[in-house]
Order: sequence, then structure tokens, then C-alpha cells
Amino acid sequence: MAPEPPLLSMSGITKSFPGVRALDGVALDVQAGEVHCLLGQNGAGKSTLIKVLAGAHQPDTGTIHWRGEPVTLRSPIAAMRLGIATIYQELDLVEHLSVAENVHLGHEPTAAGFVVRGKVARESTAQLLKRLGHPEIDPARLVGELSAAQQQIVSMARALSHDVRLIVMDEPSAALDPDEVDNLFRIVGDLTAAGVAVVYISHRLEEIRRIGDRVTVLKDGRAVAVGLPAKTTPTREVVALMTGRNVEYVFPERPAKDMAAVGQPVLEVRGLARNGEFEPLDLSVRPGEIVGLAGLVGSGRSEILETIYGARKPDAGQVLVDGRELRPGSVRAAVRAGLGLAPEERKAQALLMLESVTRNVSVSSMSRFSRGGWIDRAAELGAARAATRELSLRPDNPNVPVRTLSGGNQQKAVLARWLLRGCRVLLLDEPTRGVDVGARAELYAVVRRLADEGLAVLLVSSEVPEVLGLADRVLVLREGRVVHTAPARELDEHRVLDLVMEGSPAS
Amino acid sequence: MTQHASPPRDSTGKVPSAGAPPAWRGLMARADVRTLSLLGVLAVLIIIGGITKPDEFLDTRNLQLVLTQASVIGVVTVGMTFVIVSGGIDLSVGAIVALASVWATTVATQEYGFVGILFTAVVVGLGCGLVNGMLIAYGAIVPFIATLAMLASARGLALQITDGKTQIVTVPSVLDLGERDAYVLGIPPLVMVFAVVTIIGWLILNRTTFGRRTVAVGGNAEAARLAGIDVRRQRLYLYLLSGLCCGIAAFLLIILAGSGQNTNGNLYELDAIAAAIIGGTLLSGGRGTIVGSVLGVLIFTTITNIFALNNLQSDVQQIAKGAIIVAAVLVQRRTASTT
Repeated sequence: MAPEPPLLSMSGITKSFPGVRALDGVALDVQAGEVHCLLGQNGAGKSTLIKVLAGAHQPDTGTIHWRGEPVTLRSPIAAMRLGIATIYQELDLVEHLSVAENVHLGHEPTAAGFVVRGKVARESTAQLLKRLGHPEIDPARLVGELSAAQQQIVSMARALSHDVRLIVMDEPSAALDPDEVDNLFRIVGDLTAAGVAVVYISHRLEEIRRIGDRVTVLKDGRAVAVGLPAKTTPTREVVALMTGRNVEYVFPERPAKDMAAVGQPVLEVRGLARNGEFEPLDLSVRPGEIVGLAGLVGSGRSEILETIYGARKPDAGQVLVDGRELRPGSVRAAVRAGLGLAPEERKAQALLMLESVTRNVSVSSMSRFSRGGWIDRAAELGAARAATRELSLRPDNPNVPVRTLSGGNQQKAVLARWLLRGCRVLLLDEPTRGVDVGARAELYAVVRRLADEGLAVLLVSSEVPEVLGLADRVLVLREGRVVHTAPARELDEHRVLDLVMEGSPAS
Repeated sequence: MTQHASPPRDSTGKVPSAGAPPAWRGLMARADVRTLSLLGVLAVLIIIGGITKPDEFLDTRNLQLVLTQASVIGVVTVGMTFVIVSGGIDLSVGAIVALASVWATTVATQEYGFVGILFTAVVVGLGCGLVNGMLIAYGAIVPFIATLAMLASARGLALQITDGKTQIVTVPSVLDLGERDAYVLGIPPLVMVFAVVTIIGWLILNRTTFGRRTVAVGGNAEAARLAGIDVRRQRLYLYLLSGLCCGIAAFLLIILAGSGQNTNGNLYELDAIAAAIIGGTLLSGGRGTIVGSVLGVLIFTTITNIFALNNLQSDVQQIAKGAIIVAAVLVQRRTASTT
């Protein structure tokens, strides 16, 4: 007897965007009635994969089988017709419409083909809400007046208003309180008992233990593990799959002498905190030293860097450069004092995509090439050329538009900007995100060389090997708190993974 | 061996001729395909004008008139281009021109003569720009709303000042600037002001840190902020600049009309935005050229003139303008996707 074909089977899914290969031959198969968990760091390709599944993105290559039949999901409507519903993290509800109108948006019950039967819609909505354990939500209320948790329930009711066989939930617990999470899990249990499959995305490993049946792990656009048993696979193995190296990177040599003993710290952070993001933090970085922050998503890594840089206003604490306190929450004060940030989202936060490399590099040092506001373009071009050459940026032509560069070279353009500015403290947030594996070693060498020339570097990365390989000293973060500090050479990947997960269930 | 060498020479013989296109292309790139196409459109219009009304259109006086009419809206458009490049919009330019023109032509102001009129027009323009800029940069009101409010208020204030009456200018030194005697080498002073504003605007946008910051704020405000640019102050300056241009335009309009009226500058905001857009300025910000905007103004003014000479009604003009805007944007999107 042939086994029942899986409800959904995707294989060889590839999807490229300009400059990035978001998915590279990903496979996923989902059985009816199971909770299939999708795990991966930010940028691993989870969002792209579920958008392919929802019909919002068309894959470049690959096949999708639905109940054994090959299908193409040409549009969100096509996916919905098959019975695939997606609940996005950014809820896609219309705030100015009522609960019932949102639930039935696009398939309103009508009389004579066009007159919306509001009462019918409200009644069926009330039924759905009751089934979801939230009979207290009034179908006539405006969605904008509801709490985030209630909005999520409405989103789920909308999914269930269709004849749904597969529900994709993108981090559904992110905005929920613990008791609301319990209700969510009860709903998931009811759905699977009725034969509906759930693709569940979360960063919280303990949730996956509780409700998951199988786990697929994505990393750098590839499925590094497919269909692992969710309950019995050791947590360390799962995390190692998410964060581990898949290529042996070559990390540059650390300088022989112990930097901790040399010089006064150029950057000092004292008791810096932001409510709900990270707890009071102390750290210092000396010239020539690379300090790494290691931690999982949600540990407050990026928030810490952006607060030090002044892009977020701290609730407490100080940032000092050369012993002088910076004005809190002022990027300009930070830049003037010699800080530079290479942010995680390069295209959104750092680059002027319509502009040339030169203009991207010179934007923070324009006063250097100008007199009375008048730009000396020859001097600007020369300086940009020198800075980009020092970092071996390719192509060796600062006049090309920055959007034509590869991810690694775009990152170099950002570094060149701060090099030109003469920055003394470099804050690196996920410096190799979106950078080809082959180009990473070169970036590591560049960062180490800049440090050897006296720069202080504070590095954040979700890839534990990257932090351990590049940094001199490592601070391990868990849920906004530093749980361990040690020289990098005294730590290994397993020790760090134990630290970032310490206290979490089933570790 | 020499025989063997000849075929390669054939292929290398092509190199000089293949080397020519890069130089030609370099020239093209420098002149910018978009600018050339706008010049082409203007040339076609001039040919059409010359064919349909050969005597009247190409008459020196008519060309002087076209350029003079272009000057007022042109100065406004230069300021508008900066605002749009920064990702903003200024809907209040027409109303500011109206308010500045009536404030500068009250009986009380005219007592201070030429300087009083010029000074008042510029200060009123700057004042309105300051209010716009403060609301947008520090009050976090979106430019569309803030300048829409300014549009309504400034028009209202202009009506209040004039009580709907035309305020005749009686200062001879102002009126003289509109007379033929004031033309230098056949060029009206208004046109010279327009030319100077254009050149200064081009220099600021392309050669100064102010221009760079404007482009950076429009291209990616968050990246500009994280690069250490004071985005809010830059926005304030930009609306001040637009207000200043409106003040100058109001002064030109006073010279041209010999009066101040609360209905002045009607729909200037639409003309200025349209000229900037067909000139290649991205409405979403981050890219735009002064040359393109000025060519946009000249194209629109020339169309108006040709239509008027051919006794076509203004409704036909409006339809033609609308069609040109759509066509220009469609063409630009095609060229943008190929580059």
C-alpha cells in the first residue's frame, strides 16, 4: 500500500532578489494534522519561504506538490483557494473596519450578489471567535480598538473563515502574554486534531518543544535540517544548526599580546538600559580591541548597539568616549565623538541606493571636502578612492552606483565611510549578513586590520562562530542581560550555546 | 607571419571604431538622456509654434513674453525641486506668492518704495517657509498636511489684506523693471533673475554640502540620520528655501502685473510640481535636477503660448498638460528600468 502523500511538499525552491539569494534549493514537506516548525535566524529565508507558500512570491525554480498534485501558487488568492492561509507577523488587518468585516474581507456573504449581509457576517464571525476561545470580542467593533493579542485572534478567525487545510503562523507568540500563549497552543491543538496542518515559526525553542511535531531549520537560504523530531532532538543540536558554520571560515590571527592590558578604554558604557529591551549594561572597549556580543534573536543585541550610537534613547546609563559623556539619544553627538555604525539593515539604514559609492562614502565627512559648504569634488573623489582601495572594494571605481555592488562590497562601502570619517569606535551589527560566504573571510581580515591600526570594535552577530573567531573578548547575552564575559579563546561554541540557553526548559 | 598578422589587424582595426562609441556614450551620459529628450520636446514645440504661427510665435516680443511668463513660475519651481528631492512637497507655494505679493503692495509698504516692496515680499516668503518648516521638521506634521494648511491660511490672509481689491503699484522704480527700456541686450530683467536663481539653484544642489544633504534625506532619511546628518534642520532649511523662492517670484509678479492681487499664483503648486516631475525629479525623493525642472517650466509655458496664439481654449491646454505629465512619467519609468 502506497503511503499517503504529504499534504504539502516543496522541493528545490530557489528565490533570488537583486544581490541576494534568499532561498537556495529549500525543501519542506508537511503532513496533514502536524505542527511543523520552521526555525532560523533573521535573514535565514523563513519569510521568503512562507511568502512563496502564500503565493506572494514566485520561486525562480523548484516544485510544489499539494496533496500529491503539482501546483503553481500564482497569487495569494490561488493559495487561499487550495486551503493555505497565512497569518503574518505584521498583521494585515484593516484597522478602520469592524472585526466581522475584516474576517470576511474579500468573501463577504452577500444577497443578490453584492449587498453585504452584515448580520450573517457578524454571526459567523461570532461563531469563529467562540471556537477560538475569545467569545468576548464583539464582531461589530473596529479592529483598531483591539489589543494586539485580540487582533491576532481576528487574523486567525479570518484564516479559518476559509476552508483551510494548512495555516502558516509567523511568530504568533511574539506579541502575546503567557496565558494568551496557552490559548494559542490550545487553538493549534484543536486545529491539528481536526486534520489541519500548521507551519509554526518561532524563535522560542521551548514553544517548539511543547507543540511541535517536526522541525525544519533554515540557514542562509538553505534547509540545513529537514523534518527533525521536535520533541527529542537535543536543543543544542537545533541551535547549532541555526547558528553554526557551514563553511570553515578563516579568521585572522589575533595580535600576540593581550589587548586587555593595553591602554585606556576609548568606549565605556555604564549602566546603559532600555526598558523591555536590555538590562543595565557595563562594557568597555580599548583601542585595538574587538569585543563581541553573542546571543540569540531577542537577546537585545542590536538594540544595545543602536542605543550606544544614540539612535535609540536610553532609559538609564551613560556612554562615554575618552571619558567624556555623550549626549544621550543623539546620533550626531556620537558621530562627532568618533563612533561609527555599520547597521544590520544596510540598505534601509546605511546606504543611499541611488547614489554612487563616492557619495555614500563621503556623506559623513562632507565638511572635510568643503569650504563654506562648497564641495571640492576632486578631493572628495580622491579620498573616497583611497578609503575604498584600502578595503579592496570591488570594482575599483568609486563612481559606480552603490546598488550595483555585492553585499560584501556594500558593507565595505559602509566601513569606508567611517574609515574616511576617522572614526575611533566601530559598531558592527551583523557585519556578514547578506554577504557571500566566500567574501566573509576577507571582511574578517579587514575588521582585524582596522583594529590592529588602533580602532576599537564592538561586534554583534547571531553567528556564534563569527563572534568567537573574530572577537578578543566576548559578552554573552540572554534576554537583555549579560550572563558571561570571557576572552574569546577561553570559550567554545558549545559553552556559549549552553550560556545563551541556560535556564530555558529542556536544554 | 605578416599574412597571419593581418586577420588580427582586422579585428583590432575595429577597435578604434569600437572605441568611438564609448566616447560618444560618455558625452551622452554627461549630457544625460533625459535632458536631451526634454530639449527634443522643446524643439518640437518650437517647430510646431513656428509652423502654425510663423510670424507671431517666433517674434522677438513673443519669445520675450514666453520667457517672462516662465520666470515667475520658474523661480517657484526651483524651490519646489529642492523640496521634492528631499522627499517632501510644498502645496503652499501659490498661496505664499499671493500673500507676499499683496503684503508687498499695500499702501503702507509702498511708502518704503522699491526696497520696501522687495524686502516685504522676501520676508513674507521666508516667514511662511519658516512656519512650514517648523511644523514639518519639529512638529512632525507630514508635509502634505502642513503645506495644505498654509495654502488655506495664506490665501485667506491675502484676501483679508486686499479685501478682494487689486492693489496698484505706484512706485516707478519697480514698474520700470517691466518696461522695454530696462531690457539688457533684449533680455528682460525678470528673465535674468530667473537665470540667476536657476544657476544658483543648480550650484547648491550639485556642488554644495546642502545639496548633498538634501539628496541624502530624500533618498533615505534613516540612513542620513544614522550617517550623522541633522535631518530635521535640513528639512527646515528646505521649506525656508522654497518660501524664499516664492518671495522672489512674488516680486517678479508685482513687476510683471504692476499690482498685487489675492488671486495671484493660482495653481502654481500644481504647475511647479508638474514641471519638476516631467523634468525627472522623483516624487518619492532622492533624485532630481534643476535643469530638468527648468526645461519642464519652459515646455509648459511654450505650450500655453502656442495654444493661446492658435486661439485654443484653456481647457484644451489643461488636457494637453495632463497627457504630457503621464507620458513623461511613463517614459521615465522605462528609461529607469533599463539603467
